[in-house]
Amino acid sequence: MIQLQDIVKVYLLGKRQLEVLRGINLSIEKGEMVAIMGASGSGKTTLLNIIGCLDKPTSGTYYLDGKEVSRLSNRELAGIRGQKIGFIFQTFNLLSYMSALANVELGQRYADKRNSHRAFEALEKVGLADRIHHRPSELSGGEQQRVAIARAISKDPALILADEPTGNLDSHSGEELMGILSGLHKERGLTLLMVTHDPKIARYCQRTIYVKDGLIVNEDAI
Amino acid sequence: MKKWLEPLATAWVSVATHKLRSFLTILGVVIGVGAVITLMSIGKGTEATIVSRIQNLGSNLIFVQPGFFTQGGVRGFGSANTLTMEDATAIAQQVDGVSIVAPYYQSNLQVVAGSQNMRTRVTGITPDYQQALNLQTTEGDLISQFQYDRAMRVAVLGPNVKNTLFGQDDPVGQPIRIGNATFYVMAILQSKGATIMGSTDDAILIPLTAMQQAFAQPRTASGGHVVSSIIIQSTDAQYTTLVTNEITSLLQQRHNIAAGADNDFTVSSQDQLTSTLAEAMNSMTLLLGAIAAISLLVGGIGVMNIMLVSVVERTREIGIRKALGARERDIWGQFLIEAAFLTFSGGVIGIGLGWGAATLVTRSGAITTLVSPDIVLLAASVSVAIGLFFGFYPAWQASRLNPIEALRSE
Repeated sequence: MIQLQDIVKVYLLGKRQLEVLRGINLSIEKGEMVAIMGASGSGKTTLLNIIGCLDKPTSGTYYLDGKEVSRLSNRELAGIRGQKIGFIFQTFNLLSYMSALANVELGQRYADKRNSHRAFEALEKVGLADRIHHRPSELSGGEQQRVAIARAISKDPALILADEPTGNLDSHSGEELMGILSGLHKERGLTLLMVTHDPKIARYCQRTIYVKDGLIVNEDAI
Repeated sequence: MKKWLEPLATAWVSVATHKLRSFLTILGVVIGVGAVITLMSIGKGTEATIVSRIQNLGSNLIFVQPGFFTQGGVRGFGSANTLTMEDATAIAQQVDGVSIVAPYYQSNLQVVAGSQNMRTRVTGITPDYQQALNLQTTEGDLISQFQYDRAMRVAVLGPNVKNTLFGQDDPVGQPIRIGNATFYVMAILQSKGATIMGSTDDAILIPLTAMQQAFAQPRTASGGHVVSSIIIQSTDAQYTTLVTNEITSLLQQRHNIAAGADNDFTVSSQDQLTSTLAEAMNSMTLLLGAIAAISLLVGGIGVMNIMLVSVVERTREIGIRKALGARERDIWGQFLIEAAFLTFSGGVIGIGLGWGAATLVTRSGAITTLVSPDIVLLAASVSVAIGLFFGFYPAWQASRLNPIEALRSE
């Protein structure tokens, strides 16, 4: 599903070059549920952004679903994001003036897969069938994140990326959320990649990748 | 939902969510469009009123008036006694394509009927005058050739004069005293409203022959009978210019005016008057519209300002949309449609307000206004165009945001 070869990402900070990723090689199979762990500033978020086609690597190649995407234009990357990738963010990132259902439909819209019935099904799946007309401000943090999950899965993406999905939740909601995610993973065979600080969360995943100073390292090196 | 409707629905949701801000945003456009509609309708209405006043007179008319002399750099108009009965006769005899030549003489005189009296304009006319101006009576008959030839002391009253002198009484057959002479009322004119020649509603018409007998009338140095003005009707509209030119050269010859010198008379055709006045009114209308358009421009700048703020405020939303797969043109289109939607709503409200204001102005009786469909259409499309124009830059800025940075913003 995902093949990264020698991915390097360099940011320019004024005249100084900041090498955030220094040659990442990584392969993730279809249907895998993988956690990425590492300290702040290790480069894990940058890695997730590149995998999520929000950012382009400075060098190296990235194959997503058999297609090389590391050299695509912004416009083509937007198309890939819409069609193949579902995001779940730490801060939920729902649009505050839209209902839960409208937020889920927004996820389908840019994939040209608008379908209210399926949007409802996705919300039902995360246990929010009775909350579809609520706005984000009327939902708890855990419920908001479940809306975000519904938004990510309702367009049937090839890949779901989650950046600290439980970072803003209490431990109970966090575990509940991970229950839903791993349930979806088993039931639908979703490919799931998540960045987390929390080893308890990482335990839900089949595999954990450790990132340090822009490189993938063994668990012992952390 | 239809695909093309989606951005509109999004725009509506965003506008409806920020009601006060949206309203303040379009206020400039509302006022601008309202001002354009009101001022243009006043201009158009005034133009229509003036044109109809000219057309009210009759058709294919040519007016010969005395004066237009220059003295010490000051141009006078109509104040010199230069036109005579003999000029009128010469025109009738020597100019082709003329169906009516109607000289008349006007004088302000004291008029008494019973216990009522007033000072008003008395016009001595030939019977043709009534025909040229399309005069109709509500009661009695117009002055006939028979009465004219015999200089009979009869008078036709305008409706306003009749009301002043006789109130509700029937004046036909009653005597009135004009100056020191007694005339008998034989008819009441139909109300015609104002014309550029003044209103016949306020006139008293008597045969010119009777006027010459009853009141001393000035004569020129060469002994001609002075008239105030001559109205000529050409047989066909297409001859009007030709007839105008012929009359001019005939009068130049009769008045011994050297080549290149200023004429002591003015010949103008109804069409000329109409087009000159209509042109003047049109440029006034445009001027009013242009002044109002400035406020529309200011309104547009206001829209751009708020849209730029809106883009900054909604940076995170833009980031979310981009992460979900929105392309640059999706974001660009969304903000552009939102701006156009806002200004279009402002335009619609402005048209309503302007229309209302124009109606109020008409009701107040001061000026007649005319809201023509082309002004409404223009205002509506201009308001959309303003949204597209002033929304372009903010929308472009929104579309260019980097999704990662946009998502990070608070």
